[in-house]
Amino acid sequence: MTHPSDTGPAPVLALRDVSKSFGAVRALRDVRLELLPGEVHALAGENGAGKSTLIKTLAGVHRPDAGQVLLDGVPVVFQGPGDARDAGIAVIYQEPTLFPDLSVAENIFTGRQPRRSLGRVDHRAARAATAALMERLGVDLDPERPARGLSIADQQIVEIAKALSFDARVLVMDEPTAALTGGEVARLFGVVRALRDQGAAVLFVSHRLEEIFRVCTRVTTLRDGALIAAEPLAGMTEDDLVRRMVGRDLAELYPKREITPGEVALSVRRLTREGVFTDVSFEVRRGEIVALAGLVGAGRTEVARSVFGVDRRDAGSVEVDGRALPHGSPSAAMAAGLALVPEDRRAQGLVMSLSVERNIGLTGLRATVRAGLMDRGAERDRALDWAMRLQVKYARIADAVSTLSGGNQQKVVLAKWLATGPKVLIVDEPTRGIDVGTKAEVHRLLGELAADGVAVLMVSSDLPEVLGMADRVLVMHEGRLTADIPRADATEETVMAAATGRAAA
Amino acid sequence: MTVTAPDHAPAASRAAGGATRLVERIARMRELAILVVLLAMLAVAQAGNSAFLSAQGVKDLLLNATLLVLVATGQSLVVVTRNVDLSVGSVLGISAFAAGSHLKDGGAPVTAVLLAVLTGVAFGLLNGALVSLGRVPALVVTLGTLYIVRGLDSLWVGSRQITAADLPDAFTGFGSGGPWAAPWPALIALAVLVATAYWLRHFPAGRELYALGSHPEAARLAGIPVRRRVLTAYTLCGALAGLAGALYLARFGNVDSGTGTGYELTVVSAVVVGGVVFTGGSGSVWGAALGALLLTSVGSVLPALGVSSVWVLAIHGTLLVLAIAADRIVALRLAAALKKRNARHG
Repeated sequence: MTHPSDTGPAPVLALRDVSKSFGAVRALRDVRLELLPGEVHALAGENGAGKSTLIKTLAGVHRPDAGQVLLDGVPVVFQGPGDARDAGIAVIYQEPTLFPDLSVAENIFTGRQPRRSLGRVDHRAARAATAALMERLGVDLDPERPARGLSIADQQIVEIAKALSFDARVLVMDEPTAALTGGEVARLFGVVRALRDQGAAVLFVSHRLEEIFRVCTRVTTLRDGALIAAEPLAGMTEDDLVRRMVGRDLAELYPKREITPGEVALSVRRLTREGVFTDVSFEVRRGEIVALAGLVGAGRTEVARSVFGVDRRDAGSVEVDGRALPHGSPSAAMAAGLALVPEDRRAQGLVMSLSVERNIGLTGLRATVRAGLMDRGAERDRALDWAMRLQVKYARIADAVSTLSGGNQQKVVLAKWLATGPKVLIVDEPTRGIDVGTKAEVHRLLGELAADGVAVLMVSSDLPEVLGMADRVLVMHEGRLTADIPRADATEETVMAAATGRAAA
Repeated sequence: MTVTAPDHAPAASRAAGGATRLVERIARMRELAILVVLLAMLAVAQAGNSAFLSAQGVKDLLLNATLLVLVATGQSLVVVTRNVDLSVGSVLGISAFAAGSHLKDGGAPVTAVLLAVLTGVAFGLLNGALVSLGRVPALVVTLGTLYIVRGLDSLWVGSRQITAADLPDAFTGFGSGGPWAAPWPALIALAVLVATAYWLRHFPAGRELYALGSHPEAARLAGIPVRRRVLTAYTLCGALAGLAGALYLARFGNVDSGTGTGYELTVVSAVVVGGVVFTGGSGSVWGAALGALLLTSVGSVLPALGVSSVWVLAIHGTLLVLAIAADRIVALRLAAALKKRNARHG
């Protein structure tokens, strides 16, 4: 086997045949990675391909089950994130990891504060250094203000400043641009190039392929936890890269359905929740799958919650089958035939410690009551019926939901809501963090529901999913609906343009 | 590129100008509010009863508050990390008896106090280990140790009692004596308070307690030794409960197996009234100490005004609810203010 390092500089950081499993899920299988000084290296792969696990292995959060992490060619074992940081590895995670109660300066220096006599924290030095970093990044951010309330973009800036603050030899960025505007992305790339020129190795993860081609020179592609290729980007096209990531064409993944939308099932008019979203109007017809796309923090989940009545709305109306829903009443929404499968299944969708049976039964407590008492038999029948229809894999229906895999948990959430026989189904990130196989099943299921005349509103950040599933794509940007794109015109470019507010599509 | 501070001082002072230190200012205001309520209450009491703020009156006020200030200081350290220690009342009781039986057997006062503190440290370590290793909610774990320690105390003490007669005069004298209106125990509590506040503000470990209470997962990713810090917080909390036990003995000269029962709820109240937020990450020991002073003063002010002390608990409860409401309002307004400042044009 030839290494790229045979000819060029030796890798700063490398993974050699690393494997990592979580329970029965093999997140990484014999993965190799080499990061050279002075290169920007792309890590490509679909959601669930193992990118996050790989990053957390580099960051010292996960220890590999097999294989080695090599620093300057020497095997190392990181006992924790602190070890990795001390080795000069900075990681910017997809979800910013700031301390809301601490100041920006403290956030940047937590864990390695500048010291003065007696080991005390030198607050003044930290403040000054932060101000200098902000100046270097060209950002006017007060070092003294708390991180609470910072926009996602500003949080990202703080994370970047954190990485800059200690001469990171390796900078790992997990989707750093997802929430940034065009100008901010350009500035970020300026910083990335400057770091590269100083000899740092940068590992860059992005779903925006054009960005990968813009800043990176080599790419490592993962699929289902396995290494597919590690190669120079020069001479490759975006299509080549997608083929490596997906392993088949998108058309196969999302079979095209022919639909003739029925009458309007859900009608949302001028929905507003102050400071969160403004003047959102749309309709979803029977048999239609409508995607609600946009960047993280654009207000999509909030719209979904408000339509369902979990959050109050300040203005606007929601109608199901032409009948207006009262304010802030999920039970009225349910009675009208609305169902919401929330984004965070662990926190909002399931009672993790209850059984599969009880979880599915939760939405039907009223339906399975006889003479004021729960009819346990009816509850069980209902649960078994739905668990079977969705092919939930469990040992016994009385097992706690927490024992199931993520994909099966998601099916239980779906079963719980489908059991209510909804006319309108709202799903928020239905396939986040579940494996490719289950993902396909969820997609098939959504397609079948729509074919049966259910109106489906799907909030999703997964662009291939949005493009593959939706009959129409609604796009939100900073709390406003910026585009309504029919399937024929929906491409990665049109959706992202609307999502980043670059164009009034 | 390693950042060295002094060169960039001008940039910092520019950034530090304007509406900065917002958080600290709001925290100060929160504490100032308690101080105002406290002073107003004392003023009313003084107006109603001119002997209220005599040297002896002040001394009584301080003596009453001392124990609560000490234990609330320790409790704040734990609450800041998004945990709680409900066993402090039991630990105070058993430490007091440990010190008492040592003195009764002719031991020296210094070693007795040390013994009480070490007893507290031991139980603090136990709590900290259970909470940080067990990944069980602190509320449940320390509710468990509350009963366990109380049980051990009852087994050990039985129906025995330590009375002032068993204790050296120097020790009991220390418990209520002191220069003018400032009793020795109150001065000790003040010293502990100042030291703890300084440690929290100026030492990395102290800052990290706030960090891990603010966002535990981020703390882990930032390489903060989360377990060790939680253990430290509980150990210090236990140590202060132990010290309070020794001072309880010196002050009241009387300990049995029921000493300190129910004290944890008063302590938690003081901490919350003082603005240490239960969800972790914010608040200060100064606030907690003011909360403790406020709660104990209610107990002195009412009798001075001729109001039945039956009202004390109801007033405690009202203060608690008011404090929580105030925190919620402050949090909302702060969030709004911070959002507005977000209008950054980069």
